[in-house]
Formats: sequence, C-alpha cells, structure tokens
Amino acid sequence: MLMADRTIAVGLMILSAYFMWHASALPIGWNGVTGGPGGGAFPFWLSAIMFVSAGAILLRSLRQHTDDLGKFFDTETLGAVVAVVIALIITVAIMPWAGAYIALPLFLFWYLKIFGKHGWFLTLCLTIGTPIFLFFFFEVTLKILLPKGLTQPLFVPLYAYFF
Amino acid sequence: MELLGHLADGFATSLSPLNLMIVIIGVTAGLFIGAMPGLGSVNGVAIVLPLTFIVPPSSAIILLAAIYYGAMYGGAISSILLGIPGASTAVATTFDGRPMAQQGKAGLALIAAAAASFVGGTISVILFTLFAAPLADVALAFGPPEEFALVLLAFTTFVGLGGDDVLKTIIMICLGLVLSTVGLDLISGQPRLIFFDQPGFYSGISFLVLAIGIYGVGEILYTIETSKSAPSVTPAKLTFKELRYGLKEINKLWKTMSFGSFMGFFVGMLPAAGATPAALMAYGLAKLTSKTKSTFGKGNIEGVAAPETANNAASTGSLLPMLTLGIPGSPTTALLLGGMVMWGLVPGPMLFIEQPDFVWGLISSLYTANLAAVLVNLALIPVFVWALRMPFTVLCSIVLILCLVGGYAPSQKLHDVWLIVGFGVIGYFLRKADYPMAPLVLALVLGPLMEKSFRQTLISEQGNILAFVERPLSATFIALSAIFFLLPLLNMLRRRMRTSTAAGNPAE
Repeated sequence: MLMADRTIAVGLMILSAYFMWHASALPIGWNGVTGGPGGGAFPFWLSAIMFVSAGAILLRSLRQHTDDLGKFFDTETLGAVVAVVIALIITVAIMPWAGAYIALPLFLFWYLKIFGKHGWFLTLCLTIGTPIFLFFFFEVTLKILLPKGLTQPLFVPLYAYFF
Repeated sequence: MELLGHLADGFATSLSPLNLMIVIIGVTAGLFIGAMPGLGSVNGVAIVLPLTFIVPPSSAIILLAAIYYGAMYGGAISSILLGIPGASTAVATTFDGRPMAQQGKAGLALIAAAAASFVGGTISVILFTLFAAPLADVALAFGPPEEFALVLLAFTTFVGLGGDDVLKTIIMICLGLVLSTVGLDLISGQPRLIFFDQPGFYSGISFLVLAIGIYGVGEILYTIETSKSAPSVTPAKLTFKELRYGLKEINKLWKTMSFGSFMGFFVGMLPAAGATPAALMAYGLAKLTSKTKSTFGKGNIEGVAAPETANNAASTGSLLPMLTLGIPGSPTTALLLGGMVMWGLVPGPMLFIEQPDFVWGLISSLYTANLAAVLVNLALIPVFVWALRMPFTVLCSIVLILCLVGGYAPSQKLHDVWLIVGFGVIGYFLRKADYPMAPLVLALVLGPLMEKSFRQTLISEQGNILAFVERPLSATFIALSAIFFLLPLLNMLRRRMRTSTAAGNPAE
C-alpha cells in the first residue's frame, strides 16, 4: 500500500510537471495591459499546486514506517482487472477497421464465454441481441452512425431500407 | 400564491403523457441501477446520459432526475437483501436492514425503506419548492466576483468537510480544473494543453467522457475485484398484511423521519457532504434519541427509516444549488448540470426567468417521480429479488458496452472512447489509493465557470485583485472559504497538541 502510494504520488508529480510544461507555452504571468492573468496561468499554477501536494504525499509516506506494507493488489484480482482492460483496449483499437458491429460482439463473447464462463445460450443471446439493439437505438432512432470499417458495404442495404 | 401558480403550470408539463412515461421509465431504470451492488445514482446518470438524446432536452433532464430518484430508492434494496450497499449512499441502511432480513423480516425492511424514502423525498421536495425561487432571486444579483467566490467555496467545502485526505482532495480538485482548461483559452482563443498534438483535444475534455470513464469503466473495474464471490440473496416475500403492518410501524416514526428529512436536505446542499454523510448522521441521531438504543444494529426498523429518509432528502437538497446557483451539490447533480449545459439549458438564476416552463416542469416532476418511485419499488420487489441473482459478469459486460458506445455517440470521435478507457484505468488506481472522485468531476464541470469569472472580474477591474473582497457577498463567500480551508489545519494542530500533552503527562 505504501509502495503504491509512492508510485502514484510520483506519477502525479510527473503528470503535473508535464501539464506545467504544456501550459507555459502561453503567458503564465500577470498581464499588465488587460489586467488579470495570461492564458496559461490557470493551468500552470494549478498544476504547480498539484505538484507540491503530490510531493508532500511522497514525503509523508517516506517518513512512515516501511514494515506495515499492506497489500494493494492480490494477484488474482489484478489478473482479472488487467484482462478486462486489455480486452477493452483491443476492442477500441479494432473498432476503426473492423467496425463496432464486429468489435463489440467479440468483446461480449470474450467477456461472457471465456472470462465469465457462461453457457452458450446466454452468451449467444447477448452477443447477437446487443448489436441489434444498438443498431436500432443509435442508427435508426438517433441517426448516430457507429464506426463500420470493413463492414460498411454490408450496411448499405440496411440503410436503404430504414432511412 | 404565485408559487402555487408556477407549480400548477409545472404539473401541466410534467403530467403530459410523454413526461409521465419518462418519469416511470426513469424511476424503474434508476431502481434497477441503484439495486445493483456497486452502481448508484451517479453511475446510472453517467451511463444513461448519452442515451437521452432520444427525447427533447427538457424531458431528458426529467428522465435523469427520475433515474437519480429511483437510484436513491434502489440503493436500499441490495443493502437489505444482500447486505452490500447498492450505493455508498445506502451504507447506513445495511446496519439494521441486513439484520432484519436475516431475521426473516426482509419484506418489512423493504417496506420501511420505501416508505421512509417517500417521506424524505416528499418533505425535501416541498422544501425545495419553497427555497428555489427566493434563492434564485438572490442569485440574480451575482456578478463574476460572486460566481468565482461561490465556486471557490464549493471546492473548499471538500477540503474542510470532505473527510478524505486533504492533500489528495486538493490534488483531485486541481487535476479536474487543469483538465477543464484543455482546448482553447476562453479569453484569447489560443490553443492550450493540446497533448501530443492530438486534434481531439482542441474541443476540450467533455465532463461526460470523464464521468463515463470514472463512474462507468472505473467503477466496473473496481467491482470486478470486490464481487469475486457471489453474495447470497435473502428471499423476500411481500403480502398485503405485511404492507399494512409496515406502514403502521412507519407511522410511529414521524419524529425520526422529519429530523432525517430536514437534516438530509440541508446537508445535501453542501457539495462536499451529500447523501452518504447525511444518512450516517441521521442514523446516529436516531440512535441517540431513540428509547430502544440497544436494539440498533440488531434489526431496528427505525435504523432503516432514518438513513433512507435522509439520503433521499439529500439528493433533492443537492439539486437546489445546482438549479438556482449553477453550483452542483453532488457528483450526480454535477453530471445533470453538464447535461443541461450540453442541451443549452444553463442552470442558474436566469433559468428561472428565461425558461420558467422547464424549471417548474422539472420541480413538479420531482413530485411525480417520488410517487412513481415508491409505487414501482413496492410493486417490483419480487423482480428485484430475481434481478439480484443475475451473474455479475452479465451486468459488467453490458455496462462496459454502454460506456464505449455511449462515449462515442455524443461527439462521434474515437478519441473520446480512448479517453474513457484511459480515465477508467487511472480512476480505478486513484480510487484504490483513496483519492476522492467527487471533487475531480465537480472541478471539471465548474472549471470553465471558475476561470471565466476570475478573469472577467480582473479585466473589468483593471487587474485589481481586491475586487473579490470589496463586494459584501463575495467577501462573505471568500471568508467562509478561508475558514473551510483552514479547518483541517486547525484540527491537525489540535490533535498534535493533545498528543503532545498526552505524551507529556506520564513524564510528569
């Protein structure tokens, strides 16, 4: 727990330094002409406060005893969380070329059949039912088109029918 | 009398067939979301918000408010039947609700929770109706300095009253504010914080993306590890005899319930406090004033009623500053505020003048939502018992799909979907390390207002920073902020003095 606390504090310090560097592209000081701070001042000084606070957390945890190392993760749950995150990343990554209607059912199939160890009936119902619901809800009713990628030609007849 | 006229006009809006249907759908959806362990009103509103494009803006807000209401009712269901709070706001309900269920009185506990929620909801909606218009009138006099001071006050309440680690709270507020500045500078129009030169950042980071990331993806990741073993559902049967008996029992608890309602309403107005502390406080107070103190924690019906009135009253209370001042009183109302801005309904005093139909329609729909929630709640108890048996992986997979598609729909950019996954993962780690999430979301929503009012004031006052304390109202807000900010410091000093005297004593 202490280790995780430190890692996160260091991460936040790096992040705020990165924000400060970005914000300093715009004037961060007092603008004498119009009055008030420049465009970069708000993000810059708030990031500075973040940097100092994260630094204080780091110092505080360094002063604590290191023998009370509680567990931040147990390996089993960490494995499950990492698996879901990787599956999400793959799903979003293949969406532009495979299309939402391939990527999302694949994700559902993985989640229900392989990760959740459910039966075929439930898995297939949800894997087939969800994209149909999404199509009618978003595309037909709301006219919001989800990414199609390679599957674009398959939707032309559907559009011709519904629009 | 003018008030009743407005309210009557409002009911004309909220009782239209479309809005009535929306309220019933909303509370039912809210009840289910609230009843699922781990998911509460804020998750429900975040996940459903992108789907509300299907109805006109004013109805969309009514739908979200109904979900908010339903989720507050629903939280009690899993607290009682599973012993796991359906949302953090229902934690206090487990104290006596779970023992009651184990004694075979689950049905009675559910009736008590629903009836108490109804009482809390009704009293607080009446308070809301009375306070809304006068508060909006006062807020009409607010200029940029007051707006800035008020936002500052909202943030400092997190530092002073939030109860989380002060440093971590400050970090989350700053992070939210910095993320809100991404995009184009408000005054000069120059691009700033365009990370990795990604064009997607030019339009800023939407509150919805952060909310879906944290309360959708992040929450699911968080529940994956807390819900490894399937909890056992206590069966609950509901008969008319029990219903009559339950209502008679509840009738004896008027004192507890009115205390809980008033306290919940006023605690709920504070951005840092809200429904969870309100419910815990009401529980504590009920225990303190009860004649049967010793039965608390062992299945006392009063211990179910008190927190349930308070958390429902608090959810209404948190709507008051959001609608009248434009400052949300809770993360859920922050999302409602973001949603309203997205639809061109800017909350604040002007809304009462420019869009009275919408405002009073929304207020009156709170009455109908409250009534609908109690009826749907009692009618669907068998369905909830069944739904709670649903395997968690089914729920998680559907919620994750809704997060991805719902994040894509408003802007139709995959950039936003990537951000959602990113925020979800980061939010999960931060939450595990006890970083509070509410100030982050509130800061992102209020950031633009804070920066704009700060810089507007300074430009119109030619850079005179004292402008903020020269006006009586903003000076008061700033002084209050200073007190809240110094509160944790004073506490620390007091504790240190006490430990040093305690350590000094044995030496003497």
